Amino acid sequence: MEGAVQNDIPGIDADCGGGMACATCHVYVKEDWFNKLPKKEDGEDDMLDMAFEPKTNSRLSCQIIVSDEIDGLEVNIPSKQA
Amino acid sequence: MNKTDALIIGAGPTGLFTAHQLKLIGLDCEVVDNLDKIGGQCIELYPDKPIYDIPAVPECTGEELTNNLINQLKPFDIKFHLGERVEEVKKDKSNWLVKTSNGKSFLTPNVIIAGGVGSFEPRKFPPTECKKFENKSLFYSVKDKNIFKGKIVSIFGGGDSALDWAVELSKECKINLIHRRDEFRGAQATVDKMQELVKSGKINLFTKYQIANVHGDQRLESIDIKHENNEIKNLKSDYVLGFFGLIMQLGPIANWGLNLNKKTIEVDTEKFETNQKGIYAVGDICNYPGKLKLILSGFHEGALAARACFKLAKPNEKYRFEFTTTSSNLLKRLGKKE
Ligand SMILES: Cc1cc2nc3c(=O)[nH]c(=O)nc-3n(C[C@H](O)[C@H](O)[C@H](O)COP(=O)(O)OP(=O)(O)OC[C@H]3O[C@@H](n4cnc5c(N)ncnc54)[C@H](O)[C@@H]3O)c2cc1C
Ligand code: FES
Repeated sequence: MEGAVQNDIPGIDADCGGGMACATCHVYVKEDWFNKLPKKEDGEDDMLDMAFEPKTNSRLSCQIIVSDEIDGLEVNIPSKQA
Repeated sequence: MNKTDALIIGAGPTGLFTAHQLKLIGLDCEVVDNLDKIGGQCIELYPDKPIYDIPAVPECTGEELTNNLINQLKPFDIKFHLGERVEEVKKDKSNWLVKTSNGKSFLTPNVIIAGGVGSFEPRKFPPTECKKFENKSLFYSVKDKNIFKGKIVSIFGGGDSALDWAVELSKECKINLIHRRDEFRGAQATVDKMQELVKSGKINLFTKYQIANVHGDQRLESIDIKHENNEIKNLKSDYVLGFFGLIMQLGPIANWGLNLNKKTIEVDTEKFETNQKGIYAVGDICNYPGKLKLILSGFHEGALAARACFKLAKPNEKYRFEFTTTSSNLLKRLGKKE
């Protein structure tokens, strides 16, 4: 998420600055990556209820911590979130 | 027409403390907020979460912080206009003419924008067709529940608002409750009650579904909902209600001729004034080199903006720096001295 904000990626606004309170950092994670990510924490699904067109592979990008294991991770942004 | 020395847009922590600072130095002010309650993000997004970095307050929740700020305003008489969005800010000779969504207007030399990341608005349904029915047969809040009597109402969402209304309206209407997953984040007692009503056939529950489309000419006739596995169902519906919480939208602030940087307003760090004389921005919404989006920064910014307002509100008087502990002037305003 921080990477997206610093690079001005449209569609990842992260209004709450990573506080899991706004769902404006919502992304779809490519299927094969989705299972490799650390599991969702309590509350993330609650917030995803409010995201724009959530799907089974939805995550809040502010809850994805970048590590070597997930180097190469690919995500998409819902078409109308931008 | 309301005349005041300063108008504050936003009743979050920054707006509240700025009001305190204005009243303390002897200026009048009024506060407008789009939410129906005072407190901004602290009350809307995290009322029960503890905050640990308010100076001299080791720990307090968002709600406690809000209540403390409201208490601190007790000595003063401040008018709050809640549930109203500021739509327009226009130059009127040496004043600003400010208009709200409820048609109220204010004339003031100083406008302080303490708007956070913008006003809280309901999150809307994605399909563009929904717009056509908005506020006719499709709503994001309930103003008059009587219109639903005897009708088929489809409710979307998994939180307390969706569940409460599903339970309440099931007494007099046919209810479809649609949610994107099996878990509900509403209070357990309400979830249980809803499940009972599902068993007794009062509520039709559809989980793992989301809205796909709405149909009808003048009136809404039916809706399509789509399952996780892409299967589509058509449901007859007279009304649709969506409860997806609130999102912050910069909204009308973008149209007031201010220098914007993404969703923030550029200010100087002496007066927290924008590129327009007499319009200030403080708290999360302002931007300057080194800006921190913290509550404590908003307090400092508000204190300085309030001092800057003095000059335009009372051009013939001079502002004097004073302490609340020792100034009899300030103590009088605080009601601590006759
Ligand atoms: C989950 C979370 C945890 C946080 N934790 C901390 C913490 O531990 N410590 C800390 O210091 N900060 C924390 N913050 C940040 C803190 O909440 C914000 O910095 C603070 O709320 C900003 O206050 P504000 O008054 O500037 O804006 P806000 O609180 O956003 O209030 C702005 C208000 O303005 C209103 N408004 C906007 N535009 C208009 C308009 N046109 N007309 C009418 N009304 C309008 C909005 O409805 C809103 O109520 C946290 C934030 C979140 C989301
Ligand atoms: S940045 Fe707000 S929920 Fe992720």
